[in-house]
Amino acid sequence: MGGHSATGLLRPGVDPLGSAFAALLGLSLLALPLMTTRPNRIAAGTGLTAWSALPSGAVLLLGGVVALGLPLLALRAAPPLRLAAAAAILLLLGLSAGWAADHLTLPGDRYGRVSPDAGWWLAFATAALAVGDGLARLRPGPILRIALLALLVGATGLALRTGFWNNLSVLREYASRSDTFGRELRTHAVLALTSVAAAAALGIPAAILARPVPALRTGLLATLNVVQTIPSMALFGMLIAPLAWIGRAVPGAAALGIAGIGAAPAFVALLAYALLPVAAATVAGLDAVPWPVRDAARGVGMTARQRLLQVELPLALPAILTGIRIVLVQNIGLAVIAGLVGGGGLGVFVFQGISQNAGDLVLLGALPTVAMATGAAVLLDAVVDLSRGRAAERVP
Amino acid sequence: MSRAPPLAWAALLALLGVFLVAPGRFAPLFQPFAPGDTPPIYAQTPLLTLAVNHLLLVAAATLTAAAIAVGLAVAATRPAGRDVLPFARSVARIGQTFPPVAVLALAVPIFGFGAVPTLIALVLYGLLPIFETALTGLDGLDPALMEAARGMGMTDRQRLLRVELPLALPMILSGIRLAAVIGLATATIGSTVAASTLGEVIISGLLTGNTAYVLQGGLVVSALALLIDAGFRHVERGAARRAGFRS
Amino acid sequence: MIDLAQVSRVFEGRTVVADVTLRVEAGTILTVVGTSGSGKTTLLRMINRLIEPSTGTIQIAGRDIRDVPPHLLRRGIGYAIQGHGLFPHRTVAENIAVVPKLLDWDRGRIAARVDELLSLFNLDPAAYRDRLPAALSGGEQQRIGVARALAAEPPILLMDEPFGALDPIIRGRAQEDLRTIQQRYNTTIVLVTHDMDEALHLGHRIAVMDAGRLVQEAPPADLLGAPATAFVGTLLGSGDRAFQLMALRVVDDLVEPGPAPGPPIPAGTSVRAALAESLWSRRPALPVSRDGVILGRVTRAALEAQGGRP
Repeated sequence: MGGHSATGLLRPGVDPLGSAFAALLGLSLLALPLMTTRPNRIAAGTGLTAWSALPSGAVLLLGGVVALGLPLLALRAAPPLRLAAAAAILLLLGLSAGWAADHLTLPGDRYGRVSPDAGWWLAFATAALAVGDGLARLRPGPILRIALLALLVGATGLALRTGFWNNLSVLREYASRSDTFGRELRTHAVLALTSVAAAAALGIPAAILARPVPALRTGLLATLNVVQTIPSMALFGMLIAPLAWIGRAVPGAAALGIAGIGAAPAFVALLAYALLPVAAATVAGLDAVPWPVRDAARGVGMTARQRLLQVELPLALPAILTGIRIVLVQNIGLAVIAGLVGGGGLGVFVFQGISQNAGDLVLLGALPTVAMATGAAVLLDAVVDLSRGRAAERVP
Repeated sequence: MSRAPPLAWAALLALLGVFLVAPGRFAPLFQPFAPGDTPPIYAQTPLLTLAVNHLLLVAAATLTAAAIAVGLAVAATRPAGRDVLPFARSVARIGQTFPPVAVLALAVPIFGFGAVPTLIALVLYGLLPIFETALTGLDGLDPALMEAARGMGMTDRQRLLRVELPLALPMILSGIRLAAVIGLATATIGSTVAASTLGEVIISGLLTGNTAYVLQGGLVVSALALLIDAGFRHVERGAARRAGFRS
Repeated sequence: MIDLAQVSRVFEGRTVVADVTLRVEAGTILTVVGTSGSGKTTLLRMINRLIEPSTGTIQIAGRDIRDVPPHLLRRGIGYAIQGHGLFPHRTVAENIAVVPKLLDWDRGRIAARVDELLSLFNLDPAAYRDRLPAALSGGEQQRIGVARALAAEPPILLMDEPFGALDPIIRGRAQEDLRTIQQRYNTTIVLVTHDMDEALHLGHRIAVMDAGRLVQEAPPADLLGAPATAFVGTLLGSGDRAFQLMALRVVDDLVEPGPAPGPPIPAGTSVRAALAESLWSRRPALPVSRDGVILGRVTRAALEAQGGRP
């Protein structure tokens, strides 16, 4: 039995990170309240521990899985085994939220609220981190990562569609706004996606044209850099007046949706924020094309256009896609601000929730935003890896 | 932008100072943006007070975040922490996808209204870029250099304090700059949860349709961000020169 | 084939190439040698218009190169550089096919040409065609770089330090490959190098550049025998000039009738190698053979005489 028993399922010793996860999970489930019940949406809540919040069968199941899973996390188990343990705990926590909500909701009670409490959130976050750690150790390829993301989205979608979590307070909040939610979700996604698409359509050509001219290049990047420092709320607000003026003064502009209220200021502001990262990534990607490759492309008789399309842009593609990943994630987050200036989007719920002091409503806006941003990041990271595929190992 | 002559930065600083101390002098400039006969300059709270609060909030958050993040990065690059490194890196990467507004909104149900949730959101959001750049700085050092430091008989502690941290300092500073600039903009959103920052001016402008207020708040925050960015870049260049990198 | 007439190039007030007049005969190799900064690379890059001359004219086959659009001119001239410049996102076959594709060759002809070139460089087409440059060794990358330059059967090949990054053994083999290919296609080659041994070994004629000026242009033996300036002498190195000279000549012309002991050496052996063999085996004379038939012998005295100053 040599020291190299990485193939073994269990190795002697304790995994420091895994032990931290196990300790946090144990602490959050044993010492902190799992769920909160409130008589109505804005009343103060009462915390309930796992064993009082869940039906006895679920307590046994959760207890059993945790008792089996924690030692696997803490000891030096093989990565697939750790991942399975973490995923099982994560899945069971998701199920527990639904079970507890059903268990704690009195039949016919339409005002009472059941929501996850500190213990659930901490355990859920820890289990999610443990799953992430398990995945990081296994290093799945881009295709597999996209498949896992699709699986996760599919499973969550199925649970939402079947009404499994319907007694949770966030979904109670959703139930009273189901008509507007769909619309605001779409507005949010469309704002983020179209502003990034427009930024790519403007920023990439601008960067290509400005890059060879030092003065233009510095000017372009410096100007866009200043835009980045304007706080988002102010930029959204500053655009209202000029866009309202354009909407009134320019014939046909109003028909295109250009107006001081609505989505137009939000779109323009998001576009402005997205331009710098896209343009800077394009410049950096093109700069990184090795000199011999550039020289060879000229030397074999390619025209400027052929060099750009066949050699320089394909080699800069991973860098450009990385820039697009950054702005898409950034704009999904910033689009929340649109809710403050009448632009719609999930920010509507966030800011309504804040003004009504209704945490559940804040969550209704914030959770989908976080999910969308993280999902976009995972998806685009995988796409960047795929685009790197062929030129992965650059010739030194 | 950072290459603008020092005189331009001094002028911007002076302009900002005069505006914050005596905003009334600039009233004619903002008059066209104020609807009807509403006052063109925000007067509920003095702009100077708000700017100072804003800066204090961001400074406190950034310093706290820097202390925690650099500590974590140092721990993750010690031999005992090496196993944790890939995990820490992916957490930092995914964590940065959490939108600042969402972090702030999620902190409210837990910490209530006021400066506290804003501070917490700013610390959490500042942690990640500083951690990531500090990690890059500490992890990217030439192994031959580390060998040489060991070969000269430096203890682990001496190596960290005299070799690793000074060499990683430019990277760490760039992370802190990023966190501070993001924090300046994010702190304005703190006013939606009743934190006293320059965001108060912007929100008041949005609520009353007074573009003059929106402009005032936005321009002051922008100017602060530009000045802080330039200041940090200056310090970074100095640190890079001392670390022997060509700037 | 290539005629440079009073060609100069000025970069930001600095004269990099000064008044160079030079002719490269068709089917020969001209090596251009000099220290770094001597203007040799600039001189080369003016021939395919990667750099335009400030004054002077360059003609190829009697035609001023300014009459041809640069990209069309370059498609007719092979170009290989140090670090090979292979496109990292294209396979070996796609890299070799770049110029034929630009010239709109049909697909079958391109595929056949790719396989022919790979075989020529002793690389199995089936094994190498679909690899990416990153999956090749340095020597293989360099060979693909030269194969790409030769793909469209150009009459002229320009090479800038093509073997600069290779270790001595692979470098020697690459030089032999180049000589074989040059003889096979009768290509006119201009090769820039900072290595005098390589220049002497490969060039039919050698051009020595110093501070932008062409200081001497001569066949290797003449250069060794009569360096035009002290600088050329320094480049040649004073110590083993006799051996460099001997390395340029073969024993074929020195054969005389008569017996000699021991195993024969081939008639194509260089004088230098023959002398070494004579010293090592302690034989004052060696038998010389061609195709297994003994032609006669060569004496150590005859070999030694070849090392004297011409």
